[in-house]
Order: sequence, then C-alpha cells, then structure tokens
Amino acid sequence: MYKNHSEKVQKIISGILDLKEHTKDLLSSIEKNSDLNAFNSISKDVVEKAASVAEKIKSGKHGKLAGMTVAVKDVISVKNEPLTCSSEILKNFKPLYDATVVEKLLEEDAIIIGKTNCDEFAMGSSNENSAFGPVLNPVNKNRVPGGSSGGSAVAVAAGLCDASLGTDTGGSIRQPAAFVGIYGLKPTYGLVSRFGLTAYASSFDSIGPFANNLDDLSAILEVISGEDKKDSTSSGKKFTRESLENLDASKLKIGYPKEFFGKGIQSEVKENFLKVIQKLKSAGIEISEVSLPHNEYSIAAYYILTTAEASSNLARYDGVRYGVRDLNSTELKEMYEQTRSIGFGKEVKRRIMLGTYVLSSGYYDAYYKKAQKVRRLIKNDFDNVFDNFDLILSPTTPTTAFKLGEKTNDPLQMYLADVYTTSANLAGIPGLNIPIGFDNDNLPIGMQLMSNQFCEDKIISFAKILENEMNLS
Amino acid sequence: MHEIYEPVIGLEVHAQLSTKTKIFCACSTKFGNPPNTNVCPVCLGHPGVLPVLNKKVVEYSIKMGLAVDAKINSHSVFARKNYFYPDLPKGYQISQFELPICENGKIDITSQDGSIKSIGIKRIHMEEDAGKLIHERDNETFIDANRCGVPLIEIVTEPDLRSPKEAYDYLTNLKLILTYLDICDVNMEEGSLRCDANISIRKKGDKKLYTRTEIKNLNSFRNVEKALEFEFNRQIDLIENGEDIVQQTLLWNADLNEATPMRGKEEAHDYRYFPEPDLVPAKISNDRIDEIEKSLPELPSLKFERFIKNYSLSKYDAEILISSIELADYFEKVCKTTNEFKSASNWMISEVLKYLNEHKLDITQFPISPEHLGKLINLIKDGTISGKIGKDVFEFMFNSDEDPEKIVNEKGLLQISDLSELEVMIDSIIAKHPKDAEDYRNGNKKVIGFFVGQVMRETNGKANPQLVNKLLTEKLSRSI
Repeated sequence: MYKNHSEKVQKIISGILDLKEHTKDLLSSIEKNSDLNAFNSISKDVVEKAASVAEKIKSGKHGKLAGMTVAVKDVISVKNEPLTCSSEILKNFKPLYDATVVEKLLEEDAIIIGKTNCDEFAMGSSNENSAFGPVLNPVNKNRVPGGSSGGSAVAVAAGLCDASLGTDTGGSIRQPAAFVGIYGLKPTYGLVSRFGLTAYASSFDSIGPFANNLDDLSAILEVISGEDKKDSTSSGKKFTRESLENLDASKLKIGYPKEFFGKGIQSEVKENFLKVIQKLKSAGIEISEVSLPHNEYSIAAYYILTTAEASSNLARYDGVRYGVRDLNSTELKEMYEQTRSIGFGKEVKRRIMLGTYVLSSGYYDAYYKKAQKVRRLIKNDFDNVFDNFDLILSPTTPTTAFKLGEKTNDPLQMYLADVYTTSANLAGIPGLNIPIGFDNDNLPIGMQLMSNQFCEDKIISFAKILENEMNLS
Repeated sequence: MHEIYEPVIGLEVHAQLSTKTKIFCACSTKFGNPPNTNVCPVCLGHPGVLPVLNKKVVEYSIKMGLAVDAKINSHSVFARKNYFYPDLPKGYQISQFELPICENGKIDITSQDGSIKSIGIKRIHMEEDAGKLIHERDNETFIDANRCGVPLIEIVTEPDLRSPKEAYDYLTNLKLILTYLDICDVNMEEGSLRCDANISIRKKGDKKLYTRTEIKNLNSFRNVEKALEFEFNRQIDLIENGEDIVQQTLLWNADLNEATPMRGKEEAHDYRYFPEPDLVPAKISNDRIDEIEKSLPELPSLKFERFIKNYSLSKYDAEILISSIELADYFEKVCKTTNEFKSASNWMISEVLKYLNEHKLDITQFPISPEHLGKLINLIKDGTISGKIGKDVFEFMFNSDEDPEKIVNEKGLLQISDLSELEVMIDSIIAKHPKDAEDYRNGNKKVIGFFVGQVMRETNGKANPQLVNKLLTEKLSRSI
C-alpha cells in the first residue's frame, strides 16, 4: 500500500489514502489478528485522532510523523492509558503523565494506536512471561516472536501498525526484530530519554524503534532522540537524518567478532552470515575479523547487574500506593509478601531474588562489584575495536525463533538467546537488527550492526547499502 | 564506681535543607500543607519516573561542608538504600554511601575545663526524606507523602564525644552553624533537625570498647543529653553486674525518661546499597567551591573570637550575642553609635533580650533602632541622664522609637548635675530630718540611702546619683 511513511503522507495528500478509513481498517485488522496477542490495550479515540491528523495534513501544517500509526510497548507511559508492564501487579494502573518519547511522537502528530504485549517488566527473551499470555510469531504461530518487546515486533511484522517502540535492556528490541524479520534499533544509552519507561535495569534500558524500513526507523529516531531535562542520564545528543547525507557508508570499515561463531550457533545462521560477508567483500567493502575477548562473560555480568538494579527498581510495587494489593492480609509484612507473591510472575521473582542476593552484604564485592569490572572490560573491548573499525557486524541471535514452550523450563538456555546482544547494553553502544534471510523452516535470520556510542548515522547508512544494493531480504 | 568509665559517643544528625523545592522534583517543601498536596509522580515513585538533582541542595551541602572545614569531594555519588516501609514510595531511599559530598570536617566545642576541643565530622551526605505515617484509631494508618523527597543532609561525627554534655554542646554549635548558613529551619518539633546517637563505654585509659548501642527518637537536645546519661549508666550497670551489652537500637521515651529496645525485626536491615543508576555523579569544580566559599557569612566561632577581641567582651557575653546573626548584627550597629561596648552588651543582654522574651519576638522585630539604643547609652555615659532615667527612656522608645535625645528634652528628663541647685535642695532636706542626720553622724552610715531617696523623690529621679552621694556625704559629716 505504501513503502514508507513519506509515501503514506503523499498518498493522504493526493487523496489516494483516507487516513481515517485506513486507521479503522487497521483496528479491525488488529481485532482479526487477536490470536497473535500483540496488544494489551488499544488507545481511546484512535479514529478521531486519525481524522484530526488527516485535517492537519490537508492544511499542510503537520508534524514529521503525521499519520504514522505507532504501537508502544506496555512498559512506556501513555497518559491515561493502561500501563500494565504485562504484569498482574499493575493490571489496574493508569499513569498520570506521558513518557518523553510519547510526548515527542504526539508533538509530531503520530497516532499512538495501543500498548503492546511484552515479557513482564521487560524480563524475558520469548514473550512467554506475560500476565496476558504469550505473543505468537506471525511468520509461524508455533514459534515465539522473541522478547521482551515481542508485541511491538509482531505488531509491525503483521502489519498492525506502521512502526512501534520497544525497549532493549539486553537484546529486547534486536532479538524479536530478528525473530520476526524486521528492523529494530537499540540506540546508544543516553540518546533517547528514559523518562516514562518503567525501569527494569536503569543503566541498561534503552527505548528504540521497530520498523519495516530504514526511512521510518530514522524518522522516529530523529523525533525521539535528544536532550531531556527530566532524565539525568540523557546525553543531550540528538540523531538527525541530515547526518546520513554526508556519509559515504561504502568507505566504512567493518569488523566481525570471531568469538560469536562458537558452539550454540545454528548452522544456517552462520552460513547466511558468512554469505553476507562474502557479498560485502566482493562489493569492495573493507571487512575483517576482530576480537571481543571478554564477550564470553557478558551474559554472566549482564544477569548480575541487571537483576541487582531490577531488585531495587521493582521494590515500589508493594501494594501500598497503587497497583494490585492483597486484601486478605492483616499485617504489613504479610501484605507485602502476599501482594508480591500474587502480583509478580515466575521470571520476575527469579530475577528479584538473584538481584537481592548479589547486592546483599558479604556478596556485593564478589558479584556486583566484580560484574561492574567485567562491564568495564567489555566496554574496553569495544573501544579497542572501534579505534580501527567503524562498525561491528554479527548475527543478532544464535538461532532463529524457537518453539513456544521450548525453553520455558530452562532459564539458562533462555538467557543464552541474548548472547550476542547483551554486550551492547553493557557497553552502552547502539545495535540494529537487519533481516538478512531465512532458515530452512522459512524463519527469519537477523544480523546485527553495532557502532561506537552516538554513531547511529554510520549504522543506518551502512544498513541502507545492505537494504538497497545487496538485495538481502 | 561510675568514675572509672567514660562514654564514647558519636552523633548522626539529619538536617532538612530549607530549599523551596524537593531534592529530585519541583514539588514544594512547605511544612504544614494538607496531606499529600506537595506531591507528583516523581516523589510518589510512580512507574517510569526519574530523579533530577536540585542544584540548591548541592550548594547548601557544600556550604555546610566548608563551614566545618570538611573536604568537598569533586565527584560525589548517589546510592540507593533499599528497604521496605510504607513511607518510602520507591522501596529505596536515594542517599549517598561511598563518596559522600563532604568528608573529614570538624566542629569545635568548649570543654568543661574551658579548652577548645575539636569534634571530627566523618561525613556529610545528601539524601531524600521519607514520608510520614499517621496512625489513627481502629488500627488505621494513613500516609502523608508531603515529606517524601524533602532534602536532607546527614552529618555524622567521629566517636569523639566523651560526655552527654559534650553531645549537647556539639549539637548547640551545629545548630548555630546551620542557622548562620541559613540552610535549615532547625526546628526539632517540625522535624527539620533530627538526631540519633551511638554510645559505648570503656574503662578510662583503656582502648577497648564494650558493645555499642544506638538511641533513636531524640526530639530535643536536652533529651539527647538525658538519653545518653541514661544509656551510659545502664551500660555501666550491665558491665558491673557481669552482664553483656547487646548490640541494639533503643528508642528514647521522653515521658518515662528511659530507653527501650526496638523490636529485633525492625532493625535487622541489610540495606543493599549500590550506586544510583538514575543519577550521574555530582561533579563540583574548584571554581564553584570558591564561589560558594565567598558567599559564606562570618561563622559563629570566628564572630565569637572577634567580639571578645574587638569589643572586649567576656566569653559569656560574646556567646549570647552571637547566638543569632541578627542579634550580633544589631549589637554591632549599636557599637557604631557608641563606644561603650560593655554597656551596650549589658543593655542587649538584660533589657533587649528580656523585652524580646516577654513579647515573644525576635530581634528583627525589635522596635528600637540600634542607632537610638546607642545614643541612649551615650546619654547615660555623658551624664545627660541617669541610668535609672535611661530605663524610662528605653520604655518610651519601645512605643515610638523616637530619638532618645528628643524624648529626654520633651519630657524634661535631663539629669540635674547643677551643684548649687542640688546643694540648696540637700541642705533643706537635711534640715527637715535632723534626727536621721544625727544617726548618720553617730555612725549609722546606712541612713544615707534614705537621704538619696529623698533627693530622688524631689527631683523625680533626675538628680545625678554620684553627685548626690558625694554632696550628702560631705554635708552630713560636716553639719553639726
């Protein structure tokens, strides 16, 4: 119907596309695809909003994202819409304010279509840890869509919206993007405000876009990036599409980490990846093997640090002020225990316990402090590579989408689904999933491009070469 | 028996900073507003909110650090202190743990023997206050979150205090510094100043300390002193009876004058401190520190020294006059008009403070201008009026704050120092009371007081008392 958002706007202006009707169709399409379970809630007044944006477009006074239908992961605050974090404990909660990213989308006339399903409090790699049930992969409904931003990925892949926002703490945007075959970007930590993002692990969490094309992805990133006085960790830097124009991506130097091809990688993923490298080489791109020697410790460091932060971040859900409370308790401590026992799912409890343990006195130095040191070493590994290379290319995930229920009883196997993605969060650098092909079961394979901090322009420019000239997907 | 032991005491003081807004959000810090009206999603700990550090809090903390000669850390880190309680919306308090804003300072106190003793300040750190629980009848508890996020500094001493009295003196000096810096309302009743005490004992001359206890719920400096005395004696009794001191937290009960242990469960906390990932470290440049240092007022200890030196005051007088900046300023303004510093100090301490106490006012509301008080003192000094008349003029000045010279003239209060006028009057009085005059000559010198009284009655108190005394002594001895 349209290949990207600019074309959509053109079609609205020329009258080929009626935004209001089109949005109505979208809503019925969401309804028809409710078995995918991608949405937790649909925004009030979506059609009215579409009508008013259509008017704005006609009048010529509209924002950069006018008429773009955007789904928002249900850990991001949209004023007066439910904010459940896919958790029993916040099932009844409605926030009083808009997240900064939502405010920015609305300023540019995007249409927030609804809140998407995800792993509870963004903890998971398959979207099976949701109080609202698992999300299905539209490519193959027996498969998981990846997580934790499964609903946001599926909403775009299944054509239920133009684009969506997800969050990525250890791969939660890139991995589901790879599993459903779309673009998904985890920006540099500090490029996009976290204000209004329900914290899982504050020093790792990033909000980023999903889209089925790079133009829309960059348009959203341009809008949501930039300084936010409400977020002290906001860097003040902004991504602009203009920066893409002066960049000759064909001159960028690419490295691929040798450590990423050891055991556990699915053979088709490896083959496809090596094919891409061959293609790039023959196209004259400078590409060679690099080393990230501490990557093998990234999962361990990631789970120690993120769970430590999570154990503290989730302490506020205690039944006292908002959210669900156990009403049968008569004592304070009992109320806390019952509320949190009933309110949190298994994986969330597991991570709270792990995080409480690694922070407790006598264990702090052995776990938390040591993991912080590992985090520094991992960052140094990247710094060393980026001294000589512009980008790192790797598979996004070791396997394609696995079967529903396949790993739910084996948390360690589940955690390994993030083995190529957590290091970017540890280092605070950006990573983009690019769909590069399919395995023998026709499941999408994704490739990840990483760069130094705030070099999203290099990532996107190079991804464009792949999108346009390599004819990968 | 008690004399062979000494207490080793350390204090932790929480001072609410008097910033207009909270430490991590723009909510008002105003005390006494209706419950849960000074709140927003940030201080209520709603999902997704983030703290933004109030720069005034950093400035005030640095002021305090500089005032106690502490090292200001150029790189200061916030940390989360994790525990569950209904008055703590996030389930953690944002505080500082490693790298607090100030370390290694000192506050001087005067020991019992008059020497100066420095009490070490281990650290000063910034943190947010918790809310307040209001327990009502029928087992109902309500939460007032107005106080959530009100900025605090915690000032922690080294275990340098050696008596409950020293603890009291330390707190008095600390309070004075906070007042001078104008960074805290120092109102213990409203909770803007709170104190916890740690105490252990040892035999004098020994290094080894017995087990330490902590006392909380101390709502006045006197109660700090009393509670420490109580606990000092309790610990000695335990040791003397061969029992062990249990490491525990005690709550002071001011009504019963005793400390009782907190329940074990409430104190068994592992706070799981870790660096606050939502805030970047507070970076403070040397230029900024210099700038703040320049803005500091003269501190109480320096003002104390200066008053003694410049105005030749006693330590006692100086201590009273520097008890507030405004009082000290007033005194200094008086001393611009008069050189009678001692007399000015006496007037301040006896008359001015008495008036302020009686009327429950502070010096800024005192109706007499320092210039007029200075003039009054001069009028007495140069003999224009007597000291007694001076007090009457002072009374008039309360109501009008008119120039004392004008009051003296208009009301005809000029002192009678005219020799011939007084001589005539004294002669006639002696003549009227021959028996009393004879008493005097027979050796009853006390009777002179009666004659002074007669002269004063005749002159409405305006006679120059020294002159009257001199003339009476001469005339009574002579006139046979």
